[in-house]
Amino acid sequence: MSVMTGETTAPGTDIEPTDRPPARGIAVADRGELAVEHAAVGVEIDHLSAYYGQHLVLRDITLTVQPNSVTAIIGPSGCGKSTLIRCLNRMHEVTPGARIQGQIHLDGDPIYVPGVDPVVVRQRIGMVFQRPNPFPTMSIFDNVVAGLKLAGIKDRALLQEVAERSLRRAALWDEVKDKLHAAGGALSGGQQQRLCIARAIAVEPEVVLMDEPASALDPMSTLKIEELIDALRTSYTIVIVTHNMQQAARVSDRTAFLTVGDDGAGYLVEDGPTRQIFTNPQRRLTEDYISGRFG
Amino acid sequence: MSADARTRLGDRRIRRRRAIDRLMRGLLWLAAAVAAIPLVLVLAFVLIQGLPAFNLALITQDPVPAGFPGGGVAPAVVGTLIMVGLGTLIGTPVAVLTGIYIREYAGGRGATGIRFLIDVLAGIPTIAVGLFAYGLVVVPMGTFSGLAGAVALAVIIIPTVARVTDEMLGLVSGSVREAAYALGIPPWKTIVRVTMPAAATGIVTGILLGVARIAGETAPLIFTALGNQRVTASLAEPMDALPLRIWVYASGPYDAWHQQAWAASLVLVLLVLTFSILTRFVLRRRAARLA
Repeated sequence: MSVMTGETTAPGTDIEPTDRPPARGIAVADRGELAVEHAAVGVEIDHLSAYYGQHLVLRDITLTVQPNSVTAIIGPSGCGKSTLIRCLNRMHEVTPGARIQGQIHLDGDPIYVPGVDPVVVRQRIGMVFQRPNPFPTMSIFDNVVAGLKLAGIKDRALLQEVAERSLRRAALWDEVKDKLHAAGGALSGGQQQRLCIARAIAVEPEVVLMDEPASALDPMSTLKIEELIDALRTSYTIVIVTHNMQQAARVSDRTAFLTVGDDGAGYLVEDGPTRQIFTNPQRRLTEDYISGRFG
Repeated sequence: MSADARTRLGDRRIRRRRAIDRLMRGLLWLAAAVAAIPLVLVLAFVLIQGLPAFNLALITQDPVPAGFPGGGVAPAVVGTLIMVGLGTLIGTPVAVLTGIYIREYAGGRGATGIRFLIDVLAGIPTIAVGLFAYGLVVVPMGTFSGLAGAVALAVIIIPTVARVTDEMLGLVSGSVREAAYALGIPPWKTIVRVTMPAAATGIVTGILLGVARIAGETAPLIFTALGNQRVTASLAEPMDALPLRIWVYASGPYDAWHQQAWAASLVLVLLVLTFSILTRFVLRRRAARLA
């Protein structure tokens, strides 16, 4: 087990060459044409503990995320659900003082070892946040292709193509196709969130993390996001954090239940097929939680 | 307690509260008025006193010897444009990069330390900054010069712009930075392409304030630019500046000088106003393109 302090790569330094193949987000340019079918990959979380300074927030999580499936992470407030998925794309360490112990493997390769650039990890593992966060100074079009454009891709036709396909997949194309050059911030909350999903999938990540993606949205927008997750499951490995158990039951193939221990740190109670977790949980804590007796 | 008594009590309280509300509102209004009055008075004074001597000759001709009619303050206009421009060109990049360093890289304790130093620099009397530029530029060059003046002005603009850059970057939502990181955009590129554009309007406003401030500085130019009776574009010679010229003319004994001092003040005010209105106009156009 390797132990690492989670420090952000020294900003301003060039991306260190690693001995792994280039990330998909970058490979897009070379392939020219994008494969629509996807070799989505799995993620293994191996004895992961997460800290903020001296404060332990997640204790010893071991969990496998199956490829091409939707894994829901549920649990009461403060159990570290968001921290857990932020560890998956090395976003946890962006917070000053945050660090982890343990290891996470993406498609068999460890992501917490020296020489692995968090920037490359994040190109392969996309993320959608709780609150829609489009780039304020960019148009809808520029928001969608921001990941490609800022990676140096200038090919106008390719950008157009990626923008249209990503917006179609995010079920937003019909609503914005006539105003692609309007500001992203001018859309409604639900549209902004779908824009953020389009932006995340435009760089062709293998895994998409969603941190309560519908909790700030109205029921209609929530429904759209859930339909979207359902449509994306064939192409991506999706991990979704939700405090809404019905949502977990509706959209996920597998569910992991976390709760808070007496020491204030979150830990994994059980995980398994969603049907089993909701109909025949193995642990009393899980049963109490899903039947609404606590949390 | 009867219902009547409660009602009477309630009434008295609400009347008292309304009276206090009116009083406090009045005080606040008065304070705002007192703050705004000097601006209006200064502008009105400068306009009324400056207009009689405000003509083309003023900004196109060299000064004439005392007691002779006519002449202008052309060397001062040119000198101010050159030194303020050069000072801004030298100071602003340093300041903006300092602001970026403080907000994005320095980290908690480092940021606090540098902010403190910058605030101390902002508080140093500008005449002392002038003496510093005297030692740094005038002594080695062996002459007073426009370059020395520009260096002094650059030192003065740095703290203003650095702190504004720092504050404006701080106002950009952390979630936008996270969105960029999560897309696999390196931190430096996030700053250049996402965070800075989001903060640009505020930073430019800060630069404008800085420019307006150094355009009006007199003290730091006394030991550096010194002043000049003729138009020069050479940075290696003494150079005139509007505030210097205003100071000389206003403290002299001649009525014609006083008139020209007022008119030169009007020129200075107009220069700063024009510059700031133009920049705001450009910024608004830029913002409108997106909306």
